[in-house]
Amino acid sequence: MTSTQPSSIETREVKKKEINERSFIRKLLKNRIAAFGLFVTIFMTIIAILAPLIATHSPNEMDITHSLLGAGVDGHLLGTDNYGRDLFSRIVYGARISLIVGVSAVVFGAVFGTFLGLIAGYFGGKLDSLIMRTMDGLFAFPFILLAITLMTVLGQGLVNVIIAIGVANIPGFARIVRGQVLSVKEEEFIEVTRSLGATHGRILFQHVLPNCLAPLIVYGTMSIAGAIISEAALSFLGLGVQPPTASWGSILKDGKDFLVLNPQMATFSGLAILITVLGINLFGDGLRDALDPKMKV
Amino acid sequence: MSDEILKVENLDVHFRSSASIVKAVNGVNISLKKKETLGIVGESGSGKSVTATALMRLLPKGIGSIPNGKITFNGKDILSLSDKEMRDVRGNDIAMIFQDPMTSLNPVFTVGDQIEEAVRTHQQISKKEAKLKAIEMLKVVGIPEPEKRVKMYPHEFSGGMRQRVMIAIALSCNPKLLIADEPTTALDVTVQAQILELMKSLQEKNDTSIIMITHDLGVVWEMCDKVIVMYAGNTVESGKVKTIYDNPLHPYTWGLLESQITKNTLNGNKLPAIPGSPPDLRNPILGCNFADRCPYAKEICKTTKPEPIEVEEGHIVSCHFQTKSNRLERKELVYIE
Amino acid sequence: MGKYILKRLVDLLPTIFVVAIIVFVITRLIPGDPAAVMLGPQASVEDIQELRDDLGLNEPLHTQFFQYIGDLVQGDFGVSLTYNQPVISLIMDRFPNTLILAISALVIALLIGIPAGIISASKQNSVMDYTVMVISLIGVSIPIFWLGVMLVLYFSVNLGWFPATGMGTMDEGFITYIKHLVLPSITLATIPMATFARITRSSMLEVISQDYIKTARAKGIKEFFVIGKHAFKNALTPILTVLGMQVSALLGGAVLTETIFSWPGMGRLIVDAIDKRDFVVVQGTVLFIAIIFVLVNLLIDVLYKIVNPRVNYSSGKGGTGK
Ligand SMILES: Nc1ncnc2c1ncn2[C@@H]1O[C@H](COP(=O)(O)OP(=O)(O)OP(=O)(O)O)[C@@H](O)[C@H]1O
Ligand code: SF4
Ligand SMILES: [Mg+2]
Repeated sequence: MTSTQPSSIETREVKKKEINERSFIRKLLKNRIAAFGLFVTIFMTIIAILAPLIATHSPNEMDITHSLLGAGVDGHLLGTDNYGRDLFSRIVYGARISLIVGVSAVVFGAVFGTFLGLIAGYFGGKLDSLIMRTMDGLFAFPFILLAITLMTVLGQGLVNVIIAIGVANIPGFARIVRGQVLSVKEEEFIEVTRSLGATHGRILFQHVLPNCLAPLIVYGTMSIAGAIISEAALSFLGLGVQPPTASWGSILKDGKDFLVLNPQMATFSGLAILITVLGINLFGDGLRDALDPKMKV
Repeated sequence: MSDEILKVENLDVHFRSSASIVKAVNGVNISLKKKETLGIVGESGSGKSVTATALMRLLPKGIGSIPNGKITFNGKDILSLSDKEMRDVRGNDIAMIFQDPMTSLNPVFTVGDQIEEAVRTHQQISKKEAKLKAIEMLKVVGIPEPEKRVKMYPHEFSGGMRQRVMIAIALSCNPKLLIADEPTTALDVTVQAQILELMKSLQEKNDTSIIMITHDLGVVWEMCDKVIVMYAGNTVESGKVKTIYDNPLHPYTWGLLESQITKNTLNGNKLPAIPGSPPDLRNPILGCNFADRCPYAKEICKTTKPEPIEVEEGHIVSCHFQTKSNRLERKELVYIE
Repeated sequence: MGKYILKRLVDLLPTIFVVAIIVFVITRLIPGDPAAVMLGPQASVEDIQELRDDLGLNEPLHTQFFQYIGDLVQGDFGVSLTYNQPVISLIMDRFPNTLILAISALVIALLIGIPAGIISASKQNSVMDYTVMVISLIGVSIPIFWLGVMLVLYFSVNLGWFPATGMGTMDEGFITYIKHLVLPSITLATIPMATFARITRSSMLEVISQDYIKTARAKGIKEFFVIGKHAFKNALTPILTVLGMQVSALLGGAVLTETIFSWPGMGRLIVDAIDKRDFVVVQGTVLFIAIIFVLVNLLIDVLYKIVNPRVNYSSGKGGTGK
């Protein structure tokens, strides 16, 4: 409901100004909780980037004779998994998969969703109802179920995970952007630009799209958190990235089977997910308050 | 005086807002008898609503406080009542209606529900009796087809009708005191007159005392027996309406009067007749509150606070140059530029 | 009201139709030959051909599509090869189990989440408020499949209070039945609970500053009723919107929860079917869940009307989702 309500010209102008003057960054950092969220997010990103430096072992190096070791034994910080692989190193490398999938899937969903939302809202009419009916249809599937169904069709693999979660993300972006477009479209400057002979493409990308940025950024940030959980969920169900690639979800899946012998596997892989997702959500909350307080995702 | 229904002495109200204290009301005095109507006038932000809210003890919890003052209502010391005792007073002995009838009624309950609730909060009567009472009250406030209307929701009523409903709610328990906070500001002129007329006739019938908060001196002349003129949390002038109508003394009151003239001559297009704006109530003010905007201000006004002085019987003014012995020469229309 | 429901129902038909198309398209997207995939690498060419015939895969695409829609209209969701049973009867066997789990979770979520949000809003910026906010933020961020596993670790493995897997039957006694239900329903309840707390708080905060709340207080009503009756009923609309969306999250979460706890519901059915490459079951169950979601949102639309008298009866707006 919130997304389709036209916000007044005034508030949007204020919003634009804030983005331009970057005063929202100050607002954001003043919000200590959001700053903490940003810190956690950056921290996790650094771990993912520097994984080879941080990991103490190769994440896929098996040593069956040293499987399921306890934390701290034999220089394994968190012990080893059922194949004798170093758990700490696997979790560190798992950050890469989570963040790659999280960001790529959301970019995928955002690009297609924004495009569909833009043309649906801008051109209206039959095209609009065709697109939005399809989006409504996609919305009828629980997010994770849509991703699961797509994965069964696509088969395991990193790219397929990104596509599956990305597709599931499309309708959300389409709805938000369409709502924004509808409210922007009414405004005078669009009329003026059109009467000056601007092409549809130019109006859409130079005038309409920038006005959608604030909600897109907020929604996109929150969606990354959701995408990370979805990737982990798919891997947990054995539908994610191909083994032996380390992913938090697949470590958790194995950890569930060795819960009694080695509870660290399940505990720490899940904690890694929780901390990352919490960090992004805290940051997203702050972003919303700073950029688009009226939005309620 | 035995028929004195409300006495407020030296009422102060403070608000805590992000590390500073807003002194919204300073030393307000009120004395109101049975069946009397008191007007409180003043610009926006002068503390009228805050005063009224304080009387009901409905200041926002943890933010608003009453550091000083005494409120005696019907012999009871309001500020020492327990929460439960205070709830028995609210809506029952003192009722309140608000400025904006469009937002003052709860949109998700029927009008009937909202009247019945008021009645049943204070009287032990059955649902059926309450329903009849609601219909009766709608009839009293002049709403046609009350049996049908009682089942409708606020959005199905016009602004004037909603204000009538608010009055019906307020009067449903026969309060001794009705506080009306700008009850007609949001309504158009003809409806305003009807609502005021209604309040007056109901007051006659029920012997209710009224505190009428308004921007509009015209309303005061029409409705009230006494008036308090407030500026920036202070009472600058008070007295009988007749006295002040004939002989307004405070420069701020003069300003208000002129703004009324402007309003009338410009067909209701209100202009800020008094240039400037009220002082920031977070900062302590040394002299007269009005000094920054007063065309009569002299050096002393910036340094010394004028004490309230009874310049003639019952007519109290706070201005250095309006005393028993001294009078200011009023200039014509100085506020309009 | 009846007329309105009928109208909304008719409005929903295109959505259900689109949902069916989506499922059809997705399953036809399977790279290679679905029949070959289903039968696995050892299958003979004849077997595959036979299965293709059975599944109607040798027909032109549009014939397949109309066949599929025609079957659906008659409630025929296809026949499972691995179970040798109509998909709809497989679903109906398990649907009640999922329903029990989802409803318990929803009840827990509403009973805890909403009061927490109300208290939080009415004591804004208090310690209580911050506590609720922090816990609910963790709640919306928690991967429930991890939470489920941790609950099993602590309450089943370590403490032995609750069984780790399976669903009790009433024959084993009410207590056993409930014991089996506790961990799965808490797991499934977490996200909706946290979400309800958050939306209730923000919605209540918006309402509490409204004029009619002042009116209610001025009537001398107890604060409990001012908040619980006057404010809450006005705060309900966004909560209902979220409720509609949470049904989707519940049905999705059920897939994960049922996997962790070996709960014999539709989620397990899907995951098992994926393992067995039984696409007919996956397709049918997913479609069934989507239809349930659409219908639940119809119910939410009706609730909107009951809660909010300002919603116009004659207009069909109000919509699913947001
Ligand atoms: N909750 C609050 N917190 C802080 N300050 C407040 C609060 N409520 C009122 N005030 C301050 O008290 C002063 C008086 O406000 P009040 O609402 O009484 O004005 P008013 O005379 O009723 O004006 P109006 O004619 O616009 O209704 C204002 O300056 C305002 O800033
Ligand atoms: S005291 Fe001075 S400033 Fe205040 S009203 Fe009188 S003349 Fe004006
Ligand atoms: Mg006011």
